[in-house]
Amino acid sequence: MKDTPISPDQMSESTEASHPAGSFRPSRPPVPLAVWLAGGWVVAMVLVALLADILAPYGITALDLRNRLAPPGTPGHWLGTDELGRDVLSRLIVSIRVSLLIAFGAAVLSAVLGTTLGFLAAHFRGVVEQIVLMLADFQAALPFLILALAVLAFFGNSLVLFVCLMGLLGWERYARIARGLALSSSGQGYAAAVRQLGASPARVYFRHILPNTASTLIVSMTIVFPEIILMESGLSFLGLGVQPPQTSLGSMVGYGREYLTTAPWIMLAPAITIILTTLAVSLLGDWLRDRLDPTLR
Amino acid sequence: MSALLDARNLGRTYRMRQGLFGRVLDIHAVDGVDLSVAPGETLGFVGESGSGKSTTGRMVLGLEPLDAGEVRFEGEPLPPTGSPAWRRQRTRMQMIFQDPLAALDRRLTIGVQVREPLDIHDIGAREERDERALSLLSLVGLSPVHAARYPHELSGGQRQRAVIARALATEPRLLVCDEPVSALDVSIQAQVVTLLQKLQDNLGIGMLFISHDLRVVRQISHRIAVIYLGRIVEEGTAEDLFQAPLHPYTQALVAASPEPGRGKIRRQPLQGDPPNPADRPSGCAFHPRCPVAEARCRDSLPSLTPVDGTRRVACHLVSRQ
Repeated sequence: MKDTPISPDQMSESTEASHPAGSFRPSRPPVPLAVWLAGGWVVAMVLVALLADILAPYGITALDLRNRLAPPGTPGHWLGTDELGRDVLSRLIVSIRVSLLIAFGAAVLSAVLGTTLGFLAAHFRGVVEQIVLMLADFQAALPFLILALAVLAFFGNSLVLFVCLMGLLGWERYARIARGLALSSSGQGYAAAVRQLGASPARVYFRHILPNTASTLIVSMTIVFPEIILMESGLSFLGLGVQPPQTSLGSMVGYGREYLTTAPWIMLAPAITIILTTLAVSLLGDWLRDRLDPTLR
Repeated sequence: MSALLDARNLGRTYRMRQGLFGRVLDIHAVDGVDLSVAPGETLGFVGESGSGKSTTGRMVLGLEPLDAGEVRFEGEPLPPTGSPAWRRQRTRMQMIFQDPLAALDRRLTIGVQVREPLDIHDIGAREERDERALSLLSLVGLSPVHAARYPHELSGGQRQRAVIARALATEPRLLVCDEPVSALDVSIQAQVVTLLQKLQDNLGIGMLFISHDLRVVRQISHRIAVIYLGRIVEEGTAEDLFQAPLHPYTQALVAASPEPGRGKIRRQPLQGDPPNPADRPSGCAFHPRCPVAEARCRDSLPSLTPVDGTRRVACHLVSRQ
């Protein structure tokens, strides 16, 4: 794992915090090591995804038939090869790009969609609220896998469609949380107080309600993130997700399962990547939640 | 003298359904309430919980829709709630809430929040707003140190002071205080009430002071209105009302609040159930609990009639005398 230099970043952090900028802000406590490591990992993953074309030593479909099922450490194939002699490291790097694109894209999409609908429901009440809640109930009652299967079977498969579909995973949780928190803050709470100060709805929602609900929404996002990766691997395993020859972490795991006893590295490399990435996202989310909530310092 | 705030015949009705298929019930939370506040004057608004006093306060500010009646502020009717004109008008009228911790955004520092009304209404130069926020804090007796604190780091009294400072930022003419001290310790209550009085003397603000605590209302109010089940039953100057309450309900309230030096008076605790707005008694709503109720109190609703000058009472027995 890449080691992140701590001191220079902390220096810039503290100078930024002590910058007056006309606001009343106290200084902030230092960032714990685990969070630095998690942040470093996520940054490394993003870099890998961005630079996949440069980093991957072979193409994902390039066969090396003399080195089939080579164990990790084989010169030229540091993470080994699969049963067709394809380089696991190259496939892993490209898989990270595909999976990260799907997972981050879908997580952000579902958070934005759910939060927006929740706020709309809380703001307009009445018919709008009923429709949003009805859709949320519908989403929660229907197993997502069945919905995904139906959509993919009818509309075929493309990466854009797949990301949008995954963006529907878990939006109803954001919607309910956002609606509930917005309602409770506008009864006798701070949102009502700010509203009667004369603030526009945009200001009430973006400057007050959204930052106050952010901690809950971020935690929700760190839960949805691994769910999306798992759902993606499930769908890829069923043959409806990422289509070969394209590869993803999930499809690599599903595919490598057959060689679990003879060539475990095919499956272990992507599985460990999934575990570390979801753990890093959770750690970061947890820290961010505490950071956003001044009462938890 | 023209009134700062003039509300006529206010009415607010909530619809409630009993059970899934029950009949729809109209609950008259506020019914035919008249009130006016002059600049620099405090009108105390007293009533039990559920009597509609908070609803009235919110209606007067345009936070709650009117089902009947009209509110005039500085001679003009209120603009529609949420419209740009209504939002601009917030600089002229402000509210102070019961629970200061809930009314403050716990994620922002006190200084940022006191400054916020200035940012919202774009008052003064950007660079001077921090200065103005600090001077507001000192006006309510908080030091600049508190500006960098978060709401949970302050005591209850300090928080309520911060809320007051925020309400005063735009120099409003009218302040509606909805039970501003009932969430505070008794020792802090006096401080906050004294602060409000002092600010009113200096700034000439008109106040509608809503409370269920008679002692507090008596200390701060020039005039007092007593509300029972959504209707005003007695209104008069604070002195008159406490020295010689006319309505039986006011008499019971005054008798129930102890006062040193008044000596022993015969105290009759109120009999019967506390009022339920969903099941309003016929005639005078107070008659089931009234010690001197007569037959006609059950049938006809007494209207609020003037008794000697500034005073108004809604009771059959008083208007007869």
